[in-house]
Amino acid sequence: MLKTIRVALWMTVPVALIGSSVMLWRADQHEQVAAFQPAFSLPDDSGAIRTAGEFEGKHLLVFFGFTNCPDICPTTMSEVAQVMEDLGPDADEVQPLFISVDPVRDRESGLSEYLAAFHPSILGLAGDEAATQAAVESFKVFYDQENDASQPGGYTMSHSSSLFLLGPRGDWLRQYTYGTPADDITADLKERL
Amino acid sequence: MLKLIAATLGMAAVLPAMAHAECAEVSQGDLSISAAWSRATIGTARPAVFYVTIQNNGSTEDRLIGIETPVAGMPMLHETVLSDGVASMPHADQISIAAGETVSLAPGSYHGMLMDLNEALTEGESFPMTLQFQNAGTLTIDTDVVSIREREAPCAPAP
Repeated sequence: MLKTIRVALWMTVPVALIGSSVMLWRADQHEQVAAFQPAFSLPDDSGAIRTAGEFEGKHLLVFFGFTNCPDICPTTMSEVAQVMEDLGPDADEVQPLFISVDPVRDRESGLSEYLAAFHPSILGLAGDEAATQAAVESFKVFYDQENDASQPGGYTMSHSSSLFLLGPRGDWLRQYTYGTPADDITADLKERL
Repeated sequence: MLKLIAATLGMAAVLPAMAHAECAEVSQGDLSISAAWSRATIGTARPAVFYVTIQNNGSTEDRLIGIETPVAGMPMLHETVLSDGVASMPHADQISIAAGETVSLAPGSYHGMLMDLNEALTEGESFPMTLQFQNAGTLTIDTDVVSIREREAPCAPAP
């Protein structure tokens, strides 16, 4: 983390010099101001294309993951499920999204049944490589395929592990880093709703 | 009436004990392993997970070098590594348990990844898992399958 901050601070030097805002996103995301609106255009399990625009008026709770991930993906989806339960009637104002970073495999095995096991409100999206890449870049997050003979299919994914929150007009609001307890997320959301 | 009170009191005494009894513990040599759990799966296409707590009561380090179970053709040890908000999951050749230390395979850390499942894991059932240690040899523990939504060990590890 310290390294990130150090690197980010150095990054701000040329930014200040050229007065460009383009590199603002490289600053540590904790301190990032809501200055952009991530976009995505990705199919759900039925093949219908879903975009950020259709969720206007709702907060979006977005996770980038893959269903062959046995550890932090189910753990995070469990936190999201707990949040949705604890929100009670306010849950109508929050839409959780699971965007696959392993879309070919996840389309084959299907996302809906897997995500419904956590909470029926979680919507799974899995696009082609280009659309996935576009969504990831739009959220200014990261994913990569890593070859690893010890994994199913010979590869695994590394991916941003946080939950990302978008506001009712699609503005990027904040991230909740991996391990943020459901209670903390619920409390933060309730203040915003 | 007295019988009913006696029965109620008896139940009150027994129930907490039953709750703890669900958490199997196995010891061999200097090692005790406990709180073995896994999440239910949907079918067999996706890998399952294995978590456990290992306590080294001895004065020398031991290492977990492998896991084996009849429910999966390819069980492996992995570690979730979080670096600058990015999670990756490298293979762990071995997991060191230093003298006198307790190491937990737990969410967001070390875990067993159970690939090539031979059967779906159903909540409420259990399966045996054999852990291979460099010094202590092999220990087999009964692993509780809990809800896919479980976030922590359903029973407390051995004190």
